[in-house]
Amino acid sequence: MTIVIQAESLGKRYTLRHENSARYDTLSEKLANIGATLRNKKHQRKSSEEFWAIKDANFSVQQGDRVGIIGKNGAGKSTILKLLSRITEPTTGKIGIKGRIASLLEVGTGFHPELTGRENIYLNGAILGMSRRDIQHKFNEIVSFSEVDRFLDTPVKRYSSGMYVRLAFAIAAHLEPEILIVDEVLAVGDSQFQKKCLAKMKSVGDEGRTVLFVSHNQSAISSLCTSALLLDQGSIAFSGTVNEAIENYNRLSRENAGSYEAKSTNDLSKRRIQSIRQRDEKSAIALFDDLVFHLQLTDGGSYKGCRVGLIIKNRLDEWMFSTATQMVGLELATLDPAASEIQITIPQVNLMPDEYTVDVSLIGEDNNRLEYLENALSFTVLNRDIWNSGFLITPHFGKVVVDAKWEFVKNA
Amino acid sequence: MDNRKFDFVIEPHQKLSKSFSEIWNYRELFTVLALRDFKVRYKQTAIGASWALIRPLLTTIVFTVIFSKVAGLPSQGEIPYALTVYVAMMPWFFFSSSFQDGSNSLVANANMVSKVYFPRIIVPISSLFVNFIDFCIAALILVALMLYFQTPLSYNFIFLPIFILLAIAITIATTLWMSALNVQYRDVRFVVPFIVQFGLYVSPVGFASETISNDWRLLYSLNPLVGVIDGFRWCILGQDIIFYWPGMALSVFITLGLLISGYSFFSKTERKFADVI
Repeated sequence: MTIVIQAESLGKRYTLRHENSARYDTLSEKLANIGATLRNKKHQRKSSEEFWAIKDANFSVQQGDRVGIIGKNGAGKSTILKLLSRITEPTTGKIGIKGRIASLLEVGTGFHPELTGRENIYLNGAILGMSRRDIQHKFNEIVSFSEVDRFLDTPVKRYSSGMYVRLAFAIAAHLEPEILIVDEVLAVGDSQFQKKCLAKMKSVGDEGRTVLFVSHNQSAISSLCTSALLLDQGSIAFSGTVNEAIENYNRLSRENAGSYEAKSTNDLSKRRIQSIRQRDEKSAIALFDDLVFHLQLTDGGSYKGCRVGLIIKNRLDEWMFSTATQMVGLELATLDPAASEIQITIPQVNLMPDEYTVDVSLIGEDNNRLEYLENALSFTVLNRDIWNSGFLITPHFGKVVVDAKWEFVKNA
Repeated sequence: MDNRKFDFVIEPHQKLSKSFSEIWNYRELFTVLALRDFKVRYKQTAIGASWALIRPLLTTIVFTVIFSKVAGLPSQGEIPYALTVYVAMMPWFFFSSSFQDGSNSLVANANMVSKVYFPRIIVPISSLFVNFIDFCIAALILVALMLYFQTPLSYNFIFLPIFILLAIAITIATTLWMSALNVQYRDVRFVVPFIVQFGLYVSPVGFASETISNDWRLLYSLNPLVGVIDGFRWCILGQDIIFYWPGMALSVFITLGLLISGYSFFSKTERKFADVI
């Protein structure tokens, strides 16, 4: 087997500037800084810190491998893909690459809304590195795969989001590079199309080409990939078989404390959910106690039409229940920037004493998933003798606990 | 790691020695992006490409009235004042429109820059094409105007391509500088319209360069567009115009300087575009 990708002590450092400083450098700021530096040599730039999105990563990928990359949000998955596809430059280390790389980090990169589907196939194909001849050659296949034949001469601004994704993925899937890099892009689109995409990527791999695939969807990873990399806080925590990687990942997720704080990553600006934590930073509650979360959204953005939801899952990743703003009729648009914290109270939690994890989802006005924090935090429901009977209930008896009343009644 | 086993190796602070051949490999992207800008440019406009005619024509009329009739500036020999203005208006509009589009191009295509790899220089340069088409349309009007005024075409005409190249060089040079700066300093958004507005008055668009007294002429030629506009007038309107060599040499020199420094600034900063855009 030939090694097609080899990374050696790869690192990527970002310099973060904190909230209070301006988002963009301005010339005047720079000039003022120079002036201040001249006067006072000790002058420091506005509060900033260094952050290693990837640190000392070593790995190699063999030809024909389908590698799944998993890890929590901010673990460095996207950064690794960006480094491999040469979008951003590493700070340390090096990567050797054999063959042509095509990366699909976002569907429809460079799609122009005013242009028709047909024109966008040529535009997007060229942006992704296809030659005009290749595209012409593959044109019919792309169109039939994407199922948008009837709308080929309609501007894509009139496409539904599903059609948009289908067309965009169809182009990328027909790139025929030696190495295909796909970021979590299949989150949209219906499940039937997702299956079609997975099958397509599988066949890409079977043709001896290499696929790198980032996804939060564990079943997609385990059905598609032949091996996996687990990233944790910028370093490779595990590399090996898919099943072992997923097990390791799930264990890591459960080690989460009772709070989530947006990690400093390169695209901090994109983070909308600032933090979620349990009241008093607790990570455990007693059975039938109230469960209280504090959710902090980043201010500065508009949340008109947005919806936030919490999903509570058990150890088996089964949804126990979920709750969301649209259920209770809370409008985020009225969010006061000064008080962007939302308190969510779940009264008298009757979940079976065990460990649970919480996903947080933020959906935009146009039904786009703006952010999805998988296993953002976890909490434990502690057992207690609620009936004063001396009996402690166990998962053996069910998934929820009800305070049932048993009483003798007189015969009528 | 044995570098020879791989097709390419990604390292920090990569040398850009291969970049010209790489740009050549991506030549199709130039055409595709240029074509995109062309197709989109006049979408949802009522009169479409007529804008390419109306803008220079109206400006020419206004300038002719103001500079010739109101300010009473002399025209060059027998040449109608409107033609003097129009001939300068062509390269000026090409420069100013490309400069504005180009400076904003990287930021406007931020999603491409942060999601796909390709030589970044393609983006600002491809934005010139669409304005070059407008330039060609404007040139057709020039033919019509010259027929109308019955002005003979000068034999100097054969040198026109040189000055078109000079105009393109200035545009690329300034666009490279401004688009790269714009990625980091959004101040550029405010600076560019100012330069364009200001430039229209400090360039000899509404008047002939001869209007400037000889003591100041060389200093005036520090503005490289002076060379382009003088060159255009000399090529098209010819006969009576005396070619001012020192000024031309200075313009060419400054253009080359801007071009080389712009290119090296661009390639030095392009590695960080995806991180800061």
